[in-house]
Amino acid sequence: MNIYIKNSCKSFFLFGTFSLLLSCSADEKQTVTTLDKLVLQDEFSVDGAPDSALWNYDIGKGPGGDGWGNNELQYYTDRPENIKVENGMLKITAIQELYMGSGYTSARITTKGKFEQKYGRFEARMKLPSGKGLWPAFWMLGSNIDINSWPQCGEIDIMENKGSQPLTVSGALHGPGYSGGTAITKSYSFTNSRVDTDFHIYGVEWGPNYVNFYIDSVLYNQITPEDATGEWVFNSNPFYMLLNLAVGGNFDGAPNSNTVFPQEMLIDYVRVYQ
Amino acid sequence: MKRKKYNYFRFSLILGFVLLVNINCDRDLSDDAVQTGFSSAAEIFIDGFSSGLEYYPYENSKLDAFTVDSQTKYSGSSSMRFDVPNFGDAEGAFAGAIFRDDNGGRDLTQYNALTFWAKGTKAGKINEIGYGQDFGENKYEVSIQNLHLTTNWKKYIIPIPDASKLTQERGMFWYAEGPEDENGYTFWIDELKFEKLGTISQGQVSILNGNNQTETSYVGVNSLIDGVTATYNLANGNNQTISISPSYLQFNSSNTAVATVDSSGSVTSLSTGTALINATFGGASVTGSLTINCAGAFVHAPTPTKSQANVISLFSDVYSNVPVNYYNGYWQPWQTTVSNDFSVQGDNILNYTIFNFVGIEYSSPTVDATAMTHVHLDVFIPGSIAPGRQLRVLVVDFGADGVFGGGDDTRHSTTFTAPTLVSQNWISIDIPFSTMPTLASRSHLAQLILEGGDGSLIYVDNIYYYN
Repeated sequence: MNIYIKNSCKSFFLFGTFSLLLSCSADEKQTVTTLDKLVLQDEFSVDGAPDSALWNYDIGKGPGGDGWGNNELQYYTDRPENIKVENGMLKITAIQELYMGSGYTSARITTKGKFEQKYGRFEARMKLPSGKGLWPAFWMLGSNIDINSWPQCGEIDIMENKGSQPLTVSGALHGPGYSGGTAITKSYSFTNSRVDTDFHIYGVEWGPNYVNFYIDSVLYNQITPEDATGEWVFNSNPFYMLLNLAVGGNFDGAPNSNTVFPQEMLIDYVRVYQ
Repeated sequence: MKRKKYNYFRFSLILGFVLLVNINCDRDLSDDAVQTGFSSAAEIFIDGFSSGLEYYPYENSKLDAFTVDSQTKYSGSSSMRFDVPNFGDAEGAFAGAIFRDDNGGRDLTQYNALTFWAKGTKAGKINEIGYGQDFGENKYEVSIQNLHLTTNWKKYIIPIPDASKLTQERGMFWYAEGPEDENGYTFWIDELKFEKLGTISQGQVSILNGNNQTETSYVGVNSLIDGVTATYNLANGNNQTISISPSYLQFNSSNTAVATVDSSGSVTSLSTGTALINATFGGASVTGSLTINCAGAFVHAPTPTKSQANVISLFSDVYSNVPVNYYNGYWQPWQTTVSNDFSVQGDNILNYTIFNFVGIEYSSPTVDATAMTHVHLDVFIPGSIAPGRQLRVLVVDFGADGVFGGGDDTRHSTTFTAPTLVSQNWISIDIPFSTMPTLASRSHLAQLILEGGDGSLIYVDNIYYYN
């Protein structure tokens, strides 16, 4: 990989002179992304429900009724209280309420069957919620999941955040032999910014035998078959995208008394390049 | 709804100084002068006082509690050291001071937090620490209560709710800390400065501590919105709640004919009716509200007619009052009574809510009422009088030792019932000492206790001894 940080000084300028000097004095050259041909974009510019030509709703507590395999506490709905496009943003709202036997509601949408692609650059600009027990995610699953069940189908977690850690996000790959708690994961922490007060661009660039993880103009991880402790399942099938805001579950635990509801996940855009 | 006033007093010297500065400013500025920016320096104390910073300890505090320490420091060459006195220390009961910019104030609009490193000789909890106190209006005061120290250096962050207000802030830093379990200790603060941090969340702001309160009032009553807090999530995911001045908020009344509210959160009741007072912060609504039920014109208690020479007054707007330790001792564990005193057109009223019993103490010094013949007070019960309702008035003498207990205290309780007790009318109570056989002396009177409440309201005015 030819690695080169594009516009590093410009973006670091926001964070202050000190960072500016540091990043400029470093002599490394990185390229965060190489794929620039836009093939899909949802700018969320039309108020109302998300574009049904692109997005499906996942409703409820998951196929097993077990909180989508993670003991998540929320019931996903397609109600505008939980998901809508407004003011140029997709807004997913987690609400504390009794609904269909669950204590929380929220939303999860996918592009399954509507937009699936093998390889490319997938990114979203988002502002995340905060508070213990909130679990926002932007991720992908192999489109063959109904034939080759998880984790054989593969999973690319572009961005996950634990609400109790407002400065830290992580990206991961799940596959056979490296899933759940043994997924190949790396976290990234902001030094002078938060996930819940600032918008950031979270993305992956995925190609043959590699997935690069980047945030804004920082490339913070590359995973290749050498890193995988099992079969590399990312060279064969197209993947579809998912956006959701979970409450509770195995990732960050349950909300506590300091967690404020409702909480919002704001998505400015989703873009895919080849 | 009265805002708690601090018992810290300024030096009179400072008042004079402030006046002088203002006069100078007025003279120097011509009408069309363009206001030049004030210093936006961030540093307050790094290794010494920043330019213009002055130390002003509170009256009754240990005046030399603060020193510059070159031995113990977080970084650099020195730190701020604070020696909290032991209980009973003749030099001062507590440590407390403001650190003020005497160069006219600073422009802090580019920052969003006051930060410092601190540690203590023990894991004490600093009662109050913050910024925005200037011995003037204290308009944009902010504090953390019970800041928990550790014995290792740790960084603390006090967010600024709305820095756009702080274009000329003089109150750089203030603190007040008393002994912990009667024991003094020492703590240090270093690298005290304002910062712009990207790791502080948006604040969650509340008034009245987030409660929706209802208050009965009368025309002319002023109430102050207190319990104004903001909670921020910090980089470690922990929440930090700060107490902030109401002036950071914008207030609104749902019915300005009934009650108005000004920019400092002061509510004035104007006419009979109901008004909902709420607030916004930065355009977003905040939690908590005050519903004013204005009952119309207030009926004042009868104006006392005795001359001052024949009176020892504990609470009256007509007489000068003797020193009173408190009008509500919050005696635990059984007292439910809360004070919510108010003032109507200059007439101050003791307003006891959730009243079961309450003690008024005036023991510093005790009162010698041997020349007096009666005790007087006026009470008003807004609610109904249930059958069998009592009001008991107890007068307590601390005896020759002049302090509570000691085996020489005596008291007498006088009970009132209907028809003396009536609703919605002032009840003037006069009890001759000659009818208090169990009060052995009245040369060291120290407490007056009211008992027999039913959990509702009682107003009290004009408490005095007379002959």
